[in-house]
Order: sequence, then C-alpha cells, then structure tokens
Amino acid sequence: MKVWALHLALIIALAVALAVLPPYPATTLARILVLAVFAMGYNLAFGYTGLLSLGHALFLAAGVFAAGLSAQFWGLSAGPALLLGVAAGGLVAAAVGLLALRTAGVSFMIVTLMFAQAGYLTVLYFGTITGGDEGFNLPAASRTVFGFDLSTDTPRFVAALVLFAVGLLASLALVRSSFGRSMVAMRENEERSRMLGINPFAVKLAALVLSGLYAGAAGAAYALLFGYAGANFATIQYSILPMLYVLLGGAGTTIGPFLGALLMFGLIEVTSRMARLWPVLEGMDYFLIGAALVVLVLFAPRGILGTLRERGLKWLP
Amino acid sequence: MAFGPFFLLALMEGLVTAAVLALAASGLSLVFGVMRVVNVAHGAFFMLGAVLAWAVASAMPGQPAIAFLGALVIAPLLVAALAALADGLILKRLNYDPEATIVATIGLLYMIQQAVLALYGPNANPVTAPFELRLQLPWFGYSGYKLFVIVAAALVLLALWVFMTRTKVGLIMRATQVDRTTARSFGINVDRVYMGTFALGAALAALAGVLIVPIQQAHYLMGGDPLLLSFIVVIIGGLGSLRGTVVAALIIGLSDGVISMFFSPTLAKIIATLLVALVLVFRPQGLFGAKA
Repeated sequence: MKVWALHLALIIALAVALAVLPPYPATTLARILVLAVFAMGYNLAFGYTGLLSLGHALFLAAGVFAAGLSAQFWGLSAGPALLLGVAAGGLVAAAVGLLALRTAGVSFMIVTLMFAQAGYLTVLYFGTITGGDEGFNLPAASRTVFGFDLSTDTPRFVAALVLFAVGLLASLALVRSSFGRSMVAMRENEERSRMLGINPFAVKLAALVLSGLYAGAAGAAYALLFGYAGANFATIQYSILPMLYVLLGGAGTTIGPFLGALLMFGLIEVTSRMARLWPVLEGMDYFLIGAALVVLVLFAPRGILGTLRERGLKWLP
Repeated sequence: MAFGPFFLLALMEGLVTAAVLALAASGLSLVFGVMRVVNVAHGAFFMLGAVLAWAVASAMPGQPAIAFLGALVIAPLLVAALAALADGLILKRLNYDPEATIVATIGLLYMIQQAVLALYGPNANPVTAPFELRLQLPWFGYSGYKLFVIVAAALVLLALWVFMTRTKVGLIMRATQVDRTTARSFGINVDRVYMGTFALGAALAALAGVLIVPIQQAHYLMGGDPLLLSFIVVIIGGLGSLRGTVVAALIIGLSDGVISMFFSPTLAKIIATLLVALVLVFRPQGLFGAKA
C-alpha cells in the first residue's frame, strides 16, 4: 500500500507541477519525464537484471526514427507512430539481445557499444532519408492525437505525464511480480537461478526487450512531442545518459531513474546559469557529466535511493 | 591515374593508418592485458598527445624540427603522468572492477575532452612537420614524413616488444598479467605495476597522437575514431595479445585505406563495427587468440 501511495503521490505532484509552472520550466519537466521513461527502461536491464549495456541509444533512436519517418513519409498520426516506435525499440532490442546476450560483462558492454555505433553510422549513411546530422522536423499534421495538437503546451504536458505514469506503474508492477524477481536473480547469481530451473537467457532477453520497448516509447514520444528527429539520438552520449541517471538516482529502484534525470538536468541548468556570470564555465555540461560519473562510481555506487534503502527505508521498491 | 599506382597509394596511406593504429591499440591492449581494464579514455589520451604537440610547437615557433622532437618527449610524459594520477585517484579505489572502471573512464573521457575544449578551443590547428621531404615516385609524389611515421611506429613497437619480453620489468608485468594474486605473494608491488602499465598505455596513445598531428590537425574530438578502431584492432587481435594487436592493426589499417578509397568510408566503418561485434560474440578469444 505504502509503495503504491508513494508512486501515485509522485505522479500527482508532477501533474500539479506541470499545471502551475511557467511554460519554459514545464516544458523542461516534460523533457525530463520522457527521458526518465528511457532511463526506467535502462534500469530494467541494468538496475534489476544486471545487464550493463552501452548501446541503448540504438533502441532510443529506433523509436525516434520509427515514429519520425512514419510521420514524415506515411503521414501517420501520433498514436500509431508512437506504437510503431515502441515496437521498433522492442524489435531492435530483441535482435541485439539474441546476439549480444551470448556474451556477458565487459564483452556485453563492447558488443552493445559496437551495435549502437553501427546503428549511428547507418543513420548517417542513409542521410538522404534520415536527415543525417541535421535531422528533420516532423510535419505538424502528424503531431496530433485524438484531435489534440501535441505541439501546444497542455496536450504535450498531459501526454508526457501519461507516458511517464504508465511507464512508472508498469515497472513497479513488473519488479514486484515473480518475473521481476527472476530478473533480480540474474543480477545476483545467474548460476544458482539456472540450478533452480530458470532459463537465464530467456529472462535476460525478455528484460532487454522490455527495456527496448521503454526506450522505443521514449524515443517516439520525444520525436512527437518536441517535433524533431536526428542522428544525435543515436550517438553514444544517449547510451551514457540513462546510465548516469540510473546510477545517480539509484540502480534497481523504481523512482531512481526519474530522480537522477531531474537532478542531472537541475545541475546542468545551474551551471549554465553560473556560466552567464563566469564565461569560463561555458559549455561545461559534459565536464559535469563526466565528473558525476566518476564521483558516483567512486563514492555512491548505489545512488541516492539505493543508499537511502540501505540506511533504513527498506520498503523502497 | 591508372589502377596500379592508385592501389599503391591506397596501400601506403593504409600503412600509415596501420602504424599509428598499432601504436595506439598496443597501449589499449597492454592495459587490458595486464590490468583487465577497458580504458574508454584511451582516445582522449591520444587527443591530448596531439594537442600537447601543438602546444609545444606553438611555444617554439620557427624551429619545427626541434619543437617536434620536444613534443615527442614531453607530450607522452605529461599524458603518462596524468594517467598515473587517474589510476591512483580513481581506478585503484575501484579495485579495478571491470564494469566500474568502464563507467569511470567514460567519465574521465568527458572531463578531458571538455577541459581541452575550454583551454584549447573548438578549432583544429595544424602542426608543421619536422622536415619537408617529398619522395618523387614515377606516378605521384609522396610525403617523406609519412614514411617516417611508419618507421618510427615500427621502432617503438619493437622497443615495446623487447621491453616486455627481455627486461625484468616486462617480466614482472607479464607475471602480474597471468596471476595478480600469486605475483603479489612473490613480493611484486602490484599497485605500482598497474600504475606503470596504465601510464605506459596512455603514453603510447599520446605518442601516436604526436606522430599523426602533422598529417591530421589537432582537434578536441579527434580521439573518437582512434578509440573505436583501437577497440576493433584489440578485439580482432585477441584481447591482451601484443602480436595479435600488431597483425590486426596491419589488416585493419590496410583494408581501411583500400576500402575507403573505393567505397564510402561510412559504409566501411559500418561493416567493420558489425564484424567486430560478431567476432566478439562468436570468437571471443579473437581471430588470432590461442584459446578461449
């Protein structure tokens, strides 16, 4: 009960925040929510199942381009385009998983990195269709769902919140199910769970596909809500960001990915404001991202919520 | 130009790529072999070498040869010192856990890149080659400096091989590679070996960066491609095997030179990355690795 109440309270608080904040911060919050969905998916693979992937940008980009290209060339509206994006994320994750899950640990990281890099180069190679580095803007006509225009503020915020709420509650239900416990068993001791009759490959593949579905949904939503698709979504940077959010918020916690995304956005926002006073700090966001990674992995490998859970809040999911 | 000379030119360009790549990749391979650490910041060390070479060269205007010699010594030493510092401050505290060190070196990569952007700026800057020499072949003229790069890289690799197989320090490093615990119980200071290995690996990358900078300008993002190619080389050559690394660098460098001349370089890179991923999946010991 306490757990569900906490999650519902978070969703309500976010709804209130979106309603009362001025348009610019509210749009940033909507961005954070969409990226948090991506990070939640990453968390399913990394935080719960122990699959440290460096290739999630590929799944995100699959969503971005499935939605973006279908809107651009077939004139699909936002609903079907989103579904197509989700499916694309899951399919690509399944294809990568079938091959990459034959490896583990460091090899898995490098294989996923290589696949993502090949995906990024493919996007560039077909630059005439995908727009390459410059990307393309989605046609306004396709950015509507049930007659609401997603390029205007209120429908955009509602859509981001709904997506986030569905993702959050689904991941909560998932990790509390018996399948969720099998995922954690993979992370903790794969051999022992194999002995107990769980098929590790099947569980890991399913977790990776679920993770891909989240990434695809986030990618499609990002393209549809903010109206832009481009090769930058396929760069390694978008594989690192969800890892950073998850590490910061707490790997293997349901709210951690959102918390990490929120704090990291806040941190970058604060530095860019300080940069207006001290120009030396101009564009230091990547430096911060790097420093945050090093500090986290050194001093708080469990992240904020993971540490809280260790220090008493044992019920935290 | 007829096909024959054109092909020769492609081969020679490929050989230059292979030489620089072999240097950079041998550093990555050494670090992975001895420490079991995948150093994602390796490309950043390469870039630092190139940028420092530019810094040394612009501090000594008018004397390209002396400046270049200075850069050849100073840049790798500085980068090695930085790497030793990173090892002591970060990697050692992580107990060299493979996954945590990858995350940490990604962080290091971002920090180095951004620091260079802040101090050096977003522009690409050239460095004058230490000597102007043009070899006139029957079909085309060829830069003598590029041939020097090939010879220099070969000499450094030879020295590295002698160092690893014929000296006491090399023996200690190989002993640590085989079994860290036993090495420690024989009184080897494993921490110092690791720090030295990480510094040496970084210095090799920096050296490659210095050698390439008269051909290719110094830029704060120039570390990306060498990093990817070094990964490819190290994986194809068998993780941690120096000989395999050099052979793989030759194959990758030459085929990159030839393929890029006839096909789109992007397509060549797509095929190469996919092949490497598949090699890791189906032949994790590498194409030349002895056994699993």
